[in-house]
Amino acid sequence: MDMHAIEFANVSLCVGGDTLLRKVDGRVPKGRIVALIGPSGSGKSTLLSLCNLMRTPTSGEVFVEGREVRTWPVRKLRQKVAMVFQSPTMFPGTVADNLSFGLHLHGLSLSNPAGLLEDVGLNSSLLDKRAEDLSGGQKQRVALGRTLAMQPDILLLDEVTSALDVHAKLEVERTILSLHESRGTSMLWVTHDLAQARRIADIIFFMDAGELVEVRDDAAAFFEQPQSAPAQRFLATMREGDGVE
Amino acid sequence: MSFATLSFTLVFVAISVGLSIWLRLGVQRDVVIAAVRATIQLVIVGYILKFVFQAHNVLFILAMIALIVCVATWNARSRARHISGIGWRIGLSLLVTEVVTQALLLGLHIIPFQPRYVISLSGMIVGNAMVASGVLLNRLQGEVANKQSEIETVLALGGSPRQAIYPHLKQAIRAGLIPTIDSTKTTGLVQLPGTMSGLIIAGASPVQAVRYQLMILFCILAGSAIASILLGFLAYPRLFNHYEQLVYEEGVQSGRR
Repeated sequence: MDMHAIEFANVSLCVGGDTLLRKVDGRVPKGRIVALIGPSGSGKSTLLSLCNLMRTPTSGEVFVEGREVRTWPVRKLRQKVAMVFQSPTMFPGTVADNLSFGLHLHGLSLSNPAGLLEDVGLNSSLLDKRAEDLSGGQKQRVALGRTLAMQPDILLLDEVTSALDVHAKLEVERTILSLHESRGTSMLWVTHDLAQARRIADIIFFMDAGELVEVRDDAAAFFEQPQSAPAQRFLATMREGDGVE
Repeated sequence: MSFATLSFTLVFVAISVGLSIWLRLGVQRDVVIAAVRATIQLVIVGYILKFVFQAHNVLFILAMIALIVCVATWNARSRARHISGIGWRIGLSLLVTEVVTQALLLGLHIIPFQPRYVISLSGMIVGNAMVASGVLLNRLQGEVANKQSEIETVLALGGSPRQAIYPHLKQAIRAGLIPTIDSTKTTGLVQLPGTMSGLIIAGASPVQAVRYQLMILFCILAGSAIASILLGFLAYPRLFNHYEQLVYEEGVQSGRR
């Protein structure tokens, strides 16, 4: 089997009578960035949560590097496929404590917290500051650093910049892209910001009502000429809403 | 006290019912039901205990303890119906609490092996452990609902369910113990505890009554601690499934907010 970073094979998820995902097929090639876009409630975050086994599909299979997620040791999988959430959770303690939090869970320590903090675009003087006192953008970068400390091969990003102001958003985005370049991390990035999707994506996944209705290898072409009717409607609505081209 | 004398105390029930009707509190029916239930239950228990005390048969003592543990389990279980398999875990916690405290009380010859000591103390220890267990389960479910994102962040970083839940489990165990600790701290200052009052009314010396009361308070403290901690550690794995996902309702997988 060709070793994709992630592969969804006929994945469906039903919870309490609601179908959240319906027969999703798709592949995230190694070292590429896939932007996952679509209307609210279309199943983007749910699809993301299948990749590190935070949820399990009702039917179908999800492969990480060719191995079905349910056959991975769970904790090893979550080290390899790391997730950054929309709202960064800071644990009690300093920024340094938070950066090493994930490694401590595995009985490891962080050798160079200052270097890691600078990698995510923050000054190392913040290390001894209480994590709770940071701004939203700084917290998100510390959460990113905490995840990167695990040295994941695949990064799941769930609307990580949606709660940030424009400046912080671009800073975090730049940080992630430079890390992608230096480490070659494969990424599945949920965003509702179409301009951002256009800037960061190698590949576009467009979801609607739990279905993956369009996959495009050329992100720019998707925004110029969406092929599916739901994507055309979605882009038209979004353009009307905020003037995204 | 004769039944005729006891019947005069119904005036207190009448006062409660009267106040409820006058102020339209709507609890008069519950007051009457509570009074009738308490009367029936205690009268029956009184006769059963009389029989058991006279029989002095180990099997009857064990049957009474089993009844106490079962009723307490059934009552505490109502606090956590969403956690599957919680019933036997509560029962086991209460049983271990009962066995450990009674083993120490009897083993150290603090009390003699007589039904009136063993059964009365079992009721008080298991009853308080039941309350602590109920508070623990309530708080644990509240913590999971309120701290879902923290718990899932730990899981997503590859932490174990135990690592994810431990800070919240500690809070729940503390919450289960605080009422017992607080009531122990203020005992004798706010109210005279039941055992002590009963012994004094029955004619015992207050100094002797205090000694019994202290023994009971310490047993209750230990019993509540054993039950809360044991139940906490038995209950938390039920909040996660095989894939180490947080499950907060039976059969329903959690969703991130």
